[in-house]
Amino acid sequence: MITSIETSLIDWSRAQFALTAIYHWLFVPLTLGLGVIQAIMETIYYKTGKEFWKTTAQFWMKIFGINFAIGVATGLILEFEFGTNWSNYSWFVGDIFGAPLAIEGILAFFMEATFIAVMFFGWNKVSKGFHLASTWLTVGGATISAIWILVANAWMQYPAGMEFNPATGRSEMVDFFAVALSPVAINKFFHTVLSAWIVGAVVVIGISSWYLLKKRHAEFAVASIKIAAVFGLVASLLTAWTGDGSAYEVAQKQPMKLAAMEGLYDGGSGVGLVGIGVLSPSKVSYDDGANPFLFKIELPKLLSFFAQRDLNAYVPGMANIIKGGYTLPDGSIAISAKEKIEKGKLAIQAFGAYRKEFDKPEGQRDLALMEAAEATMKANFKYFGYGYIKNPADLIPPVAPTFYSFRVMVILGGFFILLFVVAVWYSFKDKFEKAGWLQWICLWSIPLVYLCSQAGWAVAEMGRQPWAIQDTLPVGAAVSKLSTSSVQITFFIFLILFTVLLIAELGIMIKTIKQGPAAKAE
Amino acid sequence: MDTYIILQHYWWFLVSLLGALLVFLLFVQGGQSLLFTIGKTELQQKMLLNSTGRKWEFTFTTLVTFGGAFFASFPLFYSTSFGGAYWVWLLILFCFVLQAVSYEYQAKKGNLLGKKTYQIFLIINGVLAPVLIGAAVGTFFNGANFIVNKANLADLGMPVISSWVEYHGVQLHGLEAALNPWNLALGLAVFFLARILALLYFINNIADEDIHSKSRRQLWIETALFLVFFLTFLVHLLLQKGFDTKAMDWVAYKYFTNLIEMPYVLAILLAGVVGVLFGIVKTLLSAEWNKGIWFAGTGTVLTVLALLLLAGWNHTAYYPSLADAQSSLTLENSCSSFFTLKTMSIVSILVPFVLAYIVYAWRALDLRKINEKEMTENEHTY
Repeated sequence: MITSIETSLIDWSRAQFALTAIYHWLFVPLTLGLGVIQAIMETIYYKTGKEFWKTTAQFWMKIFGINFAIGVATGLILEFEFGTNWSNYSWFVGDIFGAPLAIEGILAFFMEATFIAVMFFGWNKVSKGFHLASTWLTVGGATISAIWILVANAWMQYPAGMEFNPATGRSEMVDFFAVALSPVAINKFFHTVLSAWIVGAVVVIGISSWYLLKKRHAEFAVASIKIAAVFGLVASLLTAWTGDGSAYEVAQKQPMKLAAMEGLYDGGSGVGLVGIGVLSPSKVSYDDGANPFLFKIELPKLLSFFAQRDLNAYVPGMANIIKGGYTLPDGSIAISAKEKIEKGKLAIQAFGAYRKEFDKPEGQRDLALMEAAEATMKANFKYFGYGYIKNPADLIPPVAPTFYSFRVMVILGGFFILLFVVAVWYSFKDKFEKAGWLQWICLWSIPLVYLCSQAGWAVAEMGRQPWAIQDTLPVGAAVSKLSTSSVQITFFIFLILFTVLLIAELGIMIKTIKQGPAAKAE
Repeated sequence: MDTYIILQHYWWFLVSLLGALLVFLLFVQGGQSLLFTIGKTELQQKMLLNSTGRKWEFTFTTLVTFGGAFFASFPLFYSTSFGGAYWVWLLILFCFVLQAVSYEYQAKKGNLLGKKTYQIFLIINGVLAPVLIGAAVGTFFNGANFIVNKANLADLGMPVISSWVEYHGVQLHGLEAALNPWNLALGLAVFFLARILALLYFINNIADEDIHSKSRRQLWIETALFLVFFLTFLVHLLLQKGFDTKAMDWVAYKYFTNLIEMPYVLAILLAGVVGVLFGIVKTLLSAEWNKGIWFAGTGTVLTVLALLLLAGWNHTAYYPSLADAQSSLTLENSCSSFFTLKTMSIVSILVPFVLAYIVYAWRALDLRKINEKEMTENEHTY
């Protein structure tokens, strides 16, 4: 009989969820970004009546369709894995987390599922106007579905609008708008969806560049590049802006994540932002005194500015957050991780005492004891999740992947702004067709944009470890009670399945691209 | 009845309705399982794939929404069943993953595995998904092996509140559902019903005489098998015990009593069964009539809705625990908070609007029947 949750079970459950999420996010951004681009192209067809734009829109729809199917498949697994692998989490926060998921299903998924069939099969069956509306509604459905899942994810990073109810043993929603409209949710939605638009734009420009390199379909390619470059430029500038907003929210709500993103162990006032750096492998613990960097180039005071909008503001490092004792923005003194763990244990013990009485038949309960236990629990609930943490060092997320992923995302994000500026300039000056060097760069930007997109999620999700729900529920208390071998088996089944399907998807896409826009669909 | 209890019943109704729609939409799976039975030439197979196949997103989305609505309204079920009956649910999901890509990929060049492999994937999904979904739903009546203890949250070493119990000394994590003959009977009934609905949809949606006549012939066989398994399940259901939440104990003839005490559910069930039978029988008797899918489809929705209402309403534990009866899940002990149910109920006002645009778009696409010409000329086909 299993008497305690094994670390290996937690790791394999995390690995399975990460695997599914990574695969899912390979396909979703293209759906969101390419969806808008093809809808713009069909709108031009609707306005001008030129067959060229119909052919152009239909080609990108083919790519969209190949990508869409596998995105849907991985999304299904992701939704149900909340229950299959994170069952305790599902109960503990289902009252809050489930609601956006249900709303997503009712409002968004059906819109997408209904109109995508019209978009693919309705060219000769419905009017031009109805078809165009269906294309936009498909994209709209996909985007609305992104809102709700991102609201749910944002809530895990910043659990607002809830209260813990000891009678039910879970957190319950008390303010829907605090959940749906939290600043973290709003920033996350715009940052994520806009970054997906960049993926769509780079893919369109990259594939179009390949046609130009091969001296094929030049008119189609240049027309596609013009639309995608402008779209991508707008998206990338807005992504940078919302990225700044996201970093600010992280600094306020998840200072440990920010410190990990920067490799910052010992903070201070007027802290610089690490532009480029190499972490030292000899740094193994937050308090070993070793220099965390082998090398770094720092931009003075910028981290303080981004984190607090003040060049001289104090930014805590990981060691500071563990040890406590520094002044928080509200003027209070930060308590140490050890104290947080003690308070968390008090809250959990008080919950246990409350439940012991609550589970007795009515009339036999010691109401005074329950009241006292509830008061103790509420007073310490802010640190509830810390009670499950064994060692303060466990509160530090994996620093190296968080640090490097952040740099990959930001540096590539900057590169894409530059790429779109150049692409807009060259395409509207009619120079793109002759700029072979630019066409090569655009083609090779396709893998880079996926790397950038994945890196963004790696920062968000690895940086918040060990929390499933920030400060409230660590992953170790969220996991399902399964045998590690069961999760290992399903992990490898999904790894093989998703990889085979990804290879198949790429194979079909390459064939379709080689056939070109004028080819008849199979 | 106080508002909270009304909301719990309302959300059980919505979840049941989604479940009922899901069973109707399994006609897509039914169509997949009949691919080589009805389609003898490549062109016929293409027409069959493009007929039911163009509706796969609806089945898929209904499954996702069914899961989401269950998560939101009865999170303890989501937590207990999905986390415990791990293998049966993951097998269902695995089948649906295969389906999601197979339609789009099977006829495309560069698809790595070849057309036949994807068509076999479709058949795997077409057979396994209805049987497993039926068997999983059977546990709503026949119970499952779990224990729930919310106080476990205070156990720092093992804070998991729901745990799955071994089946005769072996931890099967839900696969035991398929070993229960009554669950299996429901699974097979769902499977043959899905095939019946697919045949009726082929007759309605494809303009091809050969497919029509083959479908009508096959309908006899599927109907006979469906009736055997459905009646087996139904008779057993009416005779079996159920967990009563007022008595907090097992009660004999619980579901039969529920039918008598909720005559409107009995009426829905009868209307549903009559609808299914009318749709089938009239199709079999009339060589020209092609509207059977709409009668049998509506009948399916009503029948499944009535069965699921029997499982949860009238003080019934909708997920009885065989390991610890007191852990059985009821509308009261497994639902979301009043605030969440109320908030989601406001959003659910949009459901009729969603249904309306689905019907509108579905009709617009189905006005022109699938035919050989479209398969060879259209811009986009499976």
